Amino acid sequence: MTATFSPPEAEPSQKATSRRGDRVFAGLARTAGVLILLALAAVFIFLAAEGWNGLNAPEATYRPATDFLGYIGPLVLSTILAASIAVIVAVPFAIGIALFISHYAPRRIAVPMAYVVDLLAAVPSVVFGLWGGRYLAGFLQPAQVWMAEHLSFLPFFQPPPTPNGRSLFTAGIVLAIMILPIVTAISREVFAQTPRLHEEAALALGATRWEMIRYSVFPYARSGMVSAVMLGLGRALGETMAVAMVLAVSPVATLNVVGVAAPATIASNIALNYKEATPSRQSLLIATGLVLFAVTFVVNFLARWIVGRGERKQARA
Amino acid sequence: MTTVTLAHARLPAWAPGLVGVMALAAAGLPAMLLDWDVVAWAVVSLFLFLVGLPAWSLAVENRRAAVDRLMTGLVWSSFGIAVLPLIWLIYVVVREGLQAISMEFLTYSMRGVTGDEQGGVYHALIGTLLITTAATLISVPIGVLTAIYLIEYGGNSRLARWITFLVDVMTGIPSIVAGLFALALVVLFFGPAYRMGLGGSIALSLLMIPTVVRSSEEMFRLVPMDLREAAYALGVPKWRTILKVVVPTAIGGVITGVVLAISRVIGETAPLLVVAGATDGVNFNLFDGRMTTLPVFIYSQYAQSTPAGYQRAWGGALVLIAIVMVLNLGARLIGKLLTPKKA
Repeated sequence: MTATFSPPEAEPSQKATSRRGDRVFAGLARTAGVLILLALAAVFIFLAAEGWNGLNAPEATYRPATDFLGYIGPLVLSTILAASIAVIVAVPFAIGIALFISHYAPRRIAVPMAYVVDLLAAVPSVVFGLWGGRYLAGFLQPAQVWMAEHLSFLPFFQPPPTPNGRSLFTAGIVLAIMILPIVTAISREVFAQTPRLHEEAALALGATRWEMIRYSVFPYARSGMVSAVMLGLGRALGETMAVAMVLAVSPVATLNVVGVAAPATIASNIALNYKEATPSRQSLLIATGLVLFAVTFVVNFLARWIVGRGERKQARA
Repeated sequence: MTTVTLAHARLPAWAPGLVGVMALAAAGLPAMLLDWDVVAWAVVSLFLFLVGLPAWSLAVENRRAAVDRLMTGLVWSSFGIAVLPLIWLIYVVVREGLQAISMEFLTYSMRGVTGDEQGGVYHALIGTLLITTAATLISVPIGVLTAIYLIEYGGNSRLARWITFLVDVMTGIPSIVAGLFALALVVLFFGPAYRMGLGGSIALSLLMIPTVVRSSEEMFRLVPMDLREAAYALGVPKWRTILKVVVPTAIGGVITGVVLAISRVIGETAPLLVVAGATDGVNFNLFDGRMTTLPVFIYSQYAQSTPAGYQRAWGGALVLIAIVMVLNLGARLIGKLLTPKKA
């Protein structure tokens, strides 16, 4: 495509510069792309190089535990609990909103509403943390007292309930609000891609609107929805400030999400402890960061892979 | 003799409205007698509505219609409930923030401020400005050039496919991990206690590059093939075609994408907390010393847990939200103004 017809009278020197220009420019562009790959690899390498010492440091480093697994175990548990609450709460709402925007709302409302949901994504996490800690925690506290009283047959809701609402449950709700926009945005996109003919065929056969969605939109959008949920999960696992600002921290591992205090999540633990970091403690924090990176990388990798596979399948069909 | 009817009974069009009013009234009676607050009243009314309308529909229409009405109700209410936190949050930030903001708050740093003295965000504004600008200077060339590679040169090659895929994966990197990476980098070269603003810029650009690549890529893809072919036909070399034809055509969208990316990273707290640290004074030097940004200011004031600290945190939050919203609206405006007119 680059072969251009040059008139015979064109100066040879000009041709040479343009070819050199092409080479230089193509080289620059390729270098930039490769640089991104290198940066990603560098993240792994640097975290591993600095975090390595954190895996077998002197015992005192792992206070209150004695080894790396003992240190990170409670953090992992809290991370999983908070992220699960976030996903369980956010996904139904996100799918509802996505359907609202793609199939229910009149077009005049749908466009500004999509914008409003995007605005939710623009609010910085530190502001969510501030609001969560000062307002939402107090608002949700009575609900958590109720759960500790009536749902105590489950290990997740044990008395005594939190006195100020700063529990894993509140942190999970804040995370849910924060991952809502990304899950909504991706579900909305896949819902909107459903072939119009499938939908109209369903309606023509007498399906109600819900039956149309259930039998023509959902099957088509399934892989997209799965990856939207996984991307939301990845966000929730890695979100730092909101949890650091909402959760009352204690070192004792617990399943109780409405209790007085719980261990921090991996990410928020790093933010809370970076200050007191001695060099060995700093490597320990970096090592936990490496674990977090590996987990979120795998979650995101799978999510994107599922999307890609869905697209390839549709391209073939 | 039986008659076959093709149409079955339907609820009138005003049925949802009627049920809604009745649900509000029915929940309002105990709400007034037992002195519930507005939230409880709204929750009970919503529940009554979601039960009442399908029940009526089941009695008059059929089961399928009832399910449809239930689902419609759920979709509408999920939307309504999800918008509430946003409204509540903005309302609270504006109300609390306005009490904190004054000329002094915007033009003084926190150096030497103790107890209930006023103090301000000036040092944090400077830090945010410098660190974000440096991050933009790092990520825009890399991001835009990568997008050019993907669209103009990469084609369907293995390298291009991998870059596209990993850039997508990169959008999901937790911000704190980007901060730790920059910290590890700084520590490796300057020793364990070294902190500098540029480390924060590196962390932010790691978060910014994927957004810039994706948005620019989309914009370059929109440039019609005809324009490129016209330039080639005139004997223009490929690199000049890209610089003089493709980039100018897409520039509006590219700038929009960059501004949106800035508005996303300007609110990042965790990576800066880790690598740039926090300080009370103004620091103009990106290469040496701790540097506070606005989000870190909010967090450290919040962490003090004093009324004055909370007030400063709210003030900072209002300034930050205002900056983010202005960037967001500005991005859309730029996009509108600079997009090439449709023929």
